[in-house]
Amino acid sequence: MKHTGPAVPRTCPVAAQTAPASDVTDPAMVDFPLRQPGVPFPPPDYADYRDRQGLVLSHLPDGKRVWLVTRHEDVRAVLTNPKISSNPEHEGFPNVGKTVGVPKQDQIPGWFVGMDSPEHDRFRKALIPEFTVRRVRAMRPAIERTVEARLDEMLAAGNTADLVADYALPIPSLVISALLGVPPTDRDFFESRTRVLVSLRGSTEEQRMTAGKELLRYINRLISIKEKWPGDDLVSRLLANGAIAPHELSGVLMLLLIAGHETTANNIALGVVTLLTHPQWIHDDRAVEETLRFHSVADLVSLRVAVEDVEIAGQLIKAGEGIVPLVAAANHDESVFECPHEFDPSRSARSHVAFGYGVHQCLGQNLVRVEMEVAYRKLFERIPNLQLDVPVDGLGIKYDSVLYGLHELPVRW
Amino acid sequence: MRITVAPDRCVGAGQCVLNAPALFDQDDDGLVTLLADPGADQESAARVASGLCPSRAITVHEG
Ligand code: HEM
Ligand code: SF4
Repeated sequence: MKHTGPAVPRTCPVAAQTAPASDVTDPAMVDFPLRQPGVPFPPPDYADYRDRQGLVLSHLPDGKRVWLVTRHEDVRAVLTNPKISSNPEHEGFPNVGKTVGVPKQDQIPGWFVGMDSPEHDRFRKALIPEFTVRRVRAMRPAIERTVEARLDEMLAAGNTADLVADYALPIPSLVISALLGVPPTDRDFFESRTRVLVSLRGSTEEQRMTAGKELLRYINRLISIKEKWPGDDLVSRLLANGAIAPHELSGVLMLLLIAGHETTANNIALGVVTLLTHPQWIHDDRAVEETLRFHSVADLVSLRVAVEDVEIAGQLIKAGEGIVPLVAAANHDESVFECPHEFDPSRSARSHVAFGYGVHQCLGQNLVRVEMEVAYRKLFERIPNLQLDVPVDGLGIKYDSVLYGLHELPVRW
Repeated sequence: MRITVAPDRCVGAGQCVLNAPALFDQDDDGLVTLLADPGADQESAARVASGLCPSRAITVHEG
């Protein structure tokens, strides 16, 4: 393999994994899916794509041509270029596969992750005050109580658990429902519906559709209750602020719920596995940032389309062509992160693009940082003898979903 | 070194506050405010924050 980036200054203690021989006949054309059984994640092919000149051409399952972007610098360039759009209604916008229960924009107004500036900015500006570093820090005690309560239940139930279903998925759902102002008595309903929405294995397409509809109905009811009886919560404050119309608010709340659920859960679960296999980092909070970089679960999330001809990395992208910035590839770019395949919380991981970059960079990122930190810390405090209940290579990896993660995580203590 | 911030470009991601809390804060609207010009020991933190800001709302003027 040829490196065009700066020479790797030291030999990495963990060798890069290699890919099985590829059966692709045209090496210039890469096929989806990129994540496959038997291939480690991020796929070793990403290193090869980063070394190529320009960008890599690929075909999506629906036959559409897209450009894959893999170098850190190029991913940032795509995500800040005004000629490149996030709006899925544009012809040529990439469709990478199953996005569980995510509604179409025309069905739900307020889905601002799929809007461009300046339309997008009205929504983002209204929400920013809810997610400042200070505001999120103030939520920590409540997050700690939520996490403790989950652990109490797990410990009371025996000495085994599925950490995905019993811990990783409930935490972000309970946190977001508290933030939205869902009354405590409804949080179990809320949590059970959101869990159906994201479990590809445990639920049918129909069950997921039903769960999505039930949640939307619940959210609409919540909005009308808060209109009548405002409280000290995000929904009441957004209604009072007025920048977002009530009919747009349901889309905004669904977005908050969906964007922050499986993403956070996958990071919690994958992070626990990584900590169990690298126990020297268990009580080190720097593991949070490195977990975000190392696993890069949102590899296929920041999808884009060119709305004008634009040049990235010397490659002309024509108006109407789809673009897939692969954040896992950017986060394993050895010109930015030395020995990227090594899990090393002592490195400076903060320039990772696991939350994207540009105006859409994750709104919930500081909330996630607190959730992950509390989830790891409390878990290993309360259950210091936690062990995997299956071999690491027997874990059920999500190959068929947009987000990288685990179907389940059997543990014992 | 001097820093200028552009709250109109800020998307409230908080990277600056996390990485250089002595220099930056978020106001009531969640947008960036400059707390102080960087002392000699804060110049590298200022450069880091400027490089991390996803909306290029922080400009460092060297010298
Ligand atoms: C580890 C967990 C998470 C990851 C990896 C993650 C990742 C991302 C990424 C990559 C984007 C950019 C999408 C794009 O460029 O098109 C994004 C946007 C967003 N995220 Fe997150 N996210 C996480 C958790 C959360 C949480 C907990 C919330 C809210 C409570 C949240 C709310 C949002 C919202 C609202 C957006 C859209 C922002 C905009 O368009 O301006 N995320 N997230
Ligand atoms: S890092 Fe940039 S976008 Fe984020 S709060 Fe600071 S100035 Fe605003």
